[in-house]
Amino acid sequence: MNLHEFQAKALFRSSGIAVPPGELITRVEDAGAAWARLDCETALIKAQVHSGGRGKAGGVVAVGSAREAEEAASRLLGSRLITVQSGSEGLPVDQLLMEPAASIEREFYFAMLVDRARASIAMVVSAEGGMDIETLARERPQAVVTLPIHPATGVMPFHGRRVARVFGLQGEPARAAGRLVQDAYRLFESSDAQLLEINPLVLTADQQLVALDAKLAIDDSAAFRQRELFGLRDARQRHEAEERAHEYDLNYIRLDGDIGCMVNGAGLAMATMDLIQHHGGQPANFLDVGGGTTVERVAAAFKLILSDKSVRAVLVNIFGGIVRCDLIAEGIIAAIREVQVEVPVVVRLEGTNAGAGREALARSGLDIVAAADLDEAARAAVEAAA
Amino acid sequence: MSILVDSETRVICQGFTGKQGTFHSEQAIAYGTRMVGGVTPGKGGQRHLELPVFDTVADAVREAGAQATMIYVPAAFAADAICEAADAGIELVVCITEGIPVQDMIRVKQYLAQRPTRLIGPNCPGIITPEACKVGIMPGYIHRRGRVGIVSRSGTLTYEAVKQTSDLGLGQSTCIGIGGDPIQGLDFVGCLRLFAEDPQTEGVLLVGEIGGEAEEQAAAFIRESFDKPVAAYIAGATAPPGRRMGHAGAIIAGGQGTAAQKIAALRDAGAEIAASPAELGAAMARALG
Repeated sequence: MNLHEFQAKALFRSSGIAVPPGELITRVEDAGAAWARLDCETALIKAQVHSGGRGKAGGVVAVGSAREAEEAASRLLGSRLITVQSGSEGLPVDQLLMEPAASIEREFYFAMLVDRARASIAMVVSAEGGMDIETLARERPQAVVTLPIHPATGVMPFHGRRVARVFGLQGEPARAAGRLVQDAYRLFESSDAQLLEINPLVLTADQQLVALDAKLAIDDSAAFRQRELFGLRDARQRHEAEERAHEYDLNYIRLDGDIGCMVNGAGLAMATMDLIQHHGGQPANFLDVGGGTTVERVAAAFKLILSDKSVRAVLVNIFGGIVRCDLIAEGIIAAIREVQVEVPVVVRLEGTNAGAGREALARSGLDIVAAADLDEAARAAVEAAA
Repeated sequence: MSILVDSETRVICQGFTGKQGTFHSEQAIAYGTRMVGGVTPGKGGQRHLELPVFDTVADAVREAGAQATMIYVPAAFAADAICEAADAGIELVVCITEGIPVQDMIRVKQYLAQRPTRLIGPNCPGIITPEACKVGIMPGYIHRRGRVGIVSRSGTLTYEAVKQTSDLGLGQSTCIGIGGDPIQGLDFVGCLRLFAEDPQTEGVLLVGEIGGEAEEQAAAFIRESFDKPVAAYIAGATAPPGRRMGHAGAIIAGGQGTAAQKIAALRDAGAEIAASPAELGAAMARALG
């Protein structure tokens, strides 16, 4: 789960990490008063959306008066911001964060993340902040330093000294870097974070180390013990259909093709998408219905898939495993009747009682192609969508 | 022969009396697995499925000689269950549980690093040696005793690999689902090392997916020190970057972890690549020659 910048900064502040003073704006008419409270010459108004690349997309605006603040707020609030990461529909802008423009002496990159290869938390730092870290890592890998943190000791004072050295800091700013490392680690651990990113972390003209941006992503698997943080979740930052999938505990990701997919198991779901493309088609979605293939879940999955109007055929690929295929077939038939599916449906059932399942599908009188194997199923679905 | 489990392996279940634990223990017993009991704290001394229930794993080791465990406890308690099993001296821990917080797994991995215990999973279908021992949630009947070792990050995609190799008459020595989480126990290289030592295993079918670098590490190991034929398939060639595809570990981050990179690495290492999930068995047959 991603948090908004203003939410992450509030957590930073209470953890001891320095952030600029900020005003949250949710109504245009509040922008003028917020400007007055900040009492600065220039402020930045930043659209709060779950995406990088906001600046290039026009989501960060510099303003120099109450009137400019109101104009920017009225332009941004209620709009949708289309960034390089957001997809063509963009993301809704419901909140703005206004902060005084900082006088920046130097910019750094600081991140803490889960390093899967080392099975530890690690810091990724660079003296060259402000730019896209993935571009930097590709073009100048020597400028990016990874510092793993051993889980038995946690972060230690030497980590802070190493970060200060990477940043080229001395004296009080170096000590501030040491405190930042400690504070960030404590927040990272206590919030079950997966990623904490500050880009840029800046040294201001008055030698303060300040987090100008803030990104915090929390491990979804930790929702059971991070109730307060998950209460901050902004459902509007996700695609409506993906949000509904979340309610049914289905894994759904919308894609650009026209063949809807319903598969049990994430690996098989990815493989099914690949197979569709292998046969010249394009998948409309990734959807893992999970282990318990009940009528209710299958019906919910059909509704989700068909909410995408570009879907021209649906491929259902279930490897029954321990669940009996004749029961799964009944679930599919009931779901198709309930949802009134009007596009052709290709079903490939494998596993216990697969033969009985295929017979039930054939007898149903519905527009269902019961495919005997994976290849045939994908080919039939591609043909049906053509 | 086989790897890790055989008909002699004495298996227990943690979360034994729960719904999942009960169902899959019944299935394991029906398959012929040598189940010797189970653990549910507070229910020690009772009997369940005609087997003893223990309060602790240590009791199960001492009184029933448990060597392997399968874990079906909820995610919030899974890290504790894994570490308890390792502490009790269990040789093989198979954790089926899905959705364990990643920071819990960092600590578990660290705990296991100083112990001889091997972990399979979490978030995995488990391990099976056909016609001998089933420790997990896989449908037993699709397996046939045979020549191929299978190792996979996916559940149902593993079943595809099994069924296709069974249908072609190749059969399996041992099949391991290592799980879809970013931090896990036994990895591809660990499984390959074991398959290398097993005379029954003539070749290995490796089923990977996008995200991380486990497949690249496997490719390097195969090139340098694995002499048996390998076939491989990587799921997720069509997955969009930056999106998590169901498995917590299946994400292409910063242009790394793509299917194309993994396929290229495995091909360079001499693996026979399955072009589609319908050709897993055929690719293995080609690799075996």
